[in-house]
Amino acid sequence: MTKTSAAIVGSGNIGTDLMFKLLRSDVIDLRYMIGIDPASEGLAVARQHGIEAIAEGVDWLFTNPDRPDLVFEATSAYAHVRNAPRYREAGIRAIDLTPAARGPYVIPVVNLTEHLDEMNVNMVTCGGQATIPIVHAVSRTVPVPYAEIVATVASRSAGPGTRSNIDEFTRTTASAVEVLGGAVRGKAIIILNPAEPPLIMRDTIFCQIPDDADQDAIEASVDDVVRGVQVYVPGYRLRQRPQFDPATPGRPARVAIFIEVEGAGDYLPPYSGNLDIMTAAATRVGEGIARHITPVTT
Amino acid sequence: MKGQRLMPYSEQLDIRITDSSLRDGSHAKGHQFDEQMVRSVVAGLDSAGVPVVEVTHGDGLGGSSFNYGFSREDERTLIAAAVDEAKQAKIAALMLPGLGTKDDVTAAADLGVSVIRIATHCTEADISIQHFGLARDLNLETVGFLMMAHSQAPDVLAAQARIMVDAGCQCVYVVDSAGAMILDQVADRVGAVLGEVGNDAQVGFHGHENLALGVANSIYAIRAGATQIDACTRRFGAGAGNTPTEALAAVCDKLGIRTGIDVLRMFDVAEEIVRPVMDGECALDRLALIMGYAGVYSSFLRHAYRAAERYGVSGADILLECGERRLVGGQEDEIIDIAVGLANASR
Repeated sequence: MTKTSAAIVGSGNIGTDLMFKLLRSDVIDLRYMIGIDPASEGLAVARQHGIEAIAEGVDWLFTNPDRPDLVFEATSAYAHVRNAPRYREAGIRAIDLTPAARGPYVIPVVNLTEHLDEMNVNMVTCGGQATIPIVHAVSRTVPVPYAEIVATVASRSAGPGTRSNIDEFTRTTASAVEVLGGAVRGKAIIILNPAEPPLIMRDTIFCQIPDDADQDAIEASVDDVVRGVQVYVPGYRLRQRPQFDPATPGRPARVAIFIEVEGAGDYLPPYSGNLDIMTAAATRVGEGIARHITPVTT
Repeated sequence: MKGQRLMPYSEQLDIRITDSSLRDGSHAKGHQFDEQMVRSVVAGLDSAGVPVVEVTHGDGLGGSSFNYGFSREDERTLIAAAVDEAKQAKIAALMLPGLGTKDDVTAAADLGVSVIRIATHCTEADISIQHFGLARDLNLETVGFLMMAHSQAPDVLAAQARIMVDAGCQCVYVVDSAGAMILDQVADRVGAVLGEVGNDAQVGFHGHENLALGVANSIYAIRAGATQIDACTRRFGAGAGNTPTEALAAVCDKLGIRTGIDVLRMFDVAEEIVRPVMDGECALDRLALIMGYAGVYSSFLRHAYRAAERYGVSGADILLECGERRLVGGQEDEIIDIAVGLANASR
């Protein structure tokens, strides 16, 4: 069969971790790793693995006659806003790992097959990939008027992109909690904790639920979704059973769900589950698109 | 203790006190302030000459949530009421990047807030850069909060303070969120921060009473060069409460430190106006002491009480585990996780 060709733009931590995952893919042929710093470790690692490493930035992609089918954007929201129309013009499908949100949100376990024909899909945020499946699990069972997620990541796992524009995280995640999670209103909170050794990514999801919600059905739905995420992130797990609290004055009935995300440790350490779930989900989406545009022939 | 005050806050004031009863006190009140309470407290503090009054959800703008507690009344309504009531006092608002956003800062400015206080954990100052930039563009006076300052060495705080000041922060606070700092530890941290940013910005101190040192620590901070000090009337704040405004004003008066606050009027305000708004006194009880002793974020107190009751476990054990896990401000969700874990372990 023919593999779908791909490039990674952005040779930082995320791009490099993504590279290891794509190298294992049966349907994606990773050709190029594109960065802007000739001395970047990511480009060196790419070269070691036989990937063509380009240090001249994304412009190279548009002058090179042998264009890839797919590009994985692992730069910054700011860069992707500029690059997105150029990919589109060049006929390259973009999987955007920044919070730029130019295309529709995709979370594999929620809507992998919905946007296979789009020229640009967005992977929301790390916190969104980790928490929105849970909001979805609850909202497909009972109405969720409001959902709130708290993502806690090790300080060392929060790169300069996240730090310099933390509002992008909260805004994009909250929006996707509504659009994909199925909550009427969403809120997102991110916390950085500098403890050493670094803590594994932890997330808490609060969903407002009806007073008479079927708790067993919610638990079963959550367990089902957790298994669905574990297909591509084996270290994704519940820390506790879902906790149900009845309404009190000033606070509606809710379920609180606690998860942790241990990374696969491909390039980044296992505590960086926030980055691992992003690259694992992007790989999954890339493979879905690849199978769609290059059907397996026998 | 070495040294005396280096530079006064202004020609009229040696230090400027910010009263945070209507922000830090929000924790003790379970975020149940209403507009009438805010109006009466602001009017009282204003009449006593308190120069700055902070009004926000305890966890800052946008804090109303499952994780931190829902506000009884929209904080924007409360802020607008405070601005309307204050004659001489400036109104301040707090925001934590990662929870609040630039939109909240803009909204606060539109409501007439004149001082924005932007808080990060004391190793994460770089997440505040965009917010300081916006605040300065909006002509807001800016204050930066380095929270849980007891957990880092003076030189680390100084480097983080530099990041905030370069981003547009005009006064960096050493914030003893856990009420865990002791006398010289305050002076050393204030001194280090002042040494780094003193030519470009002021330095402040925010204390809690968990080890009963709010006023004393504040005096150490002032003698090390801090010119802005936080306090809460009647200690109305998180944990065992904050440095009591009325006592700080009195002590400063005795020491010849000009605060601009009418001390006797302030005693009346504490007794007659602020106390009736409180659900109870902020007590230096066992859990509050554990927070100071183990270095736990003060606003966890009420959450720990609730989780202990809900799951039938010891509040002290919860807080000790919070310290063990080195939780930072904002991780209230972990308290539930810890309580569930303790309950499972005891089964």
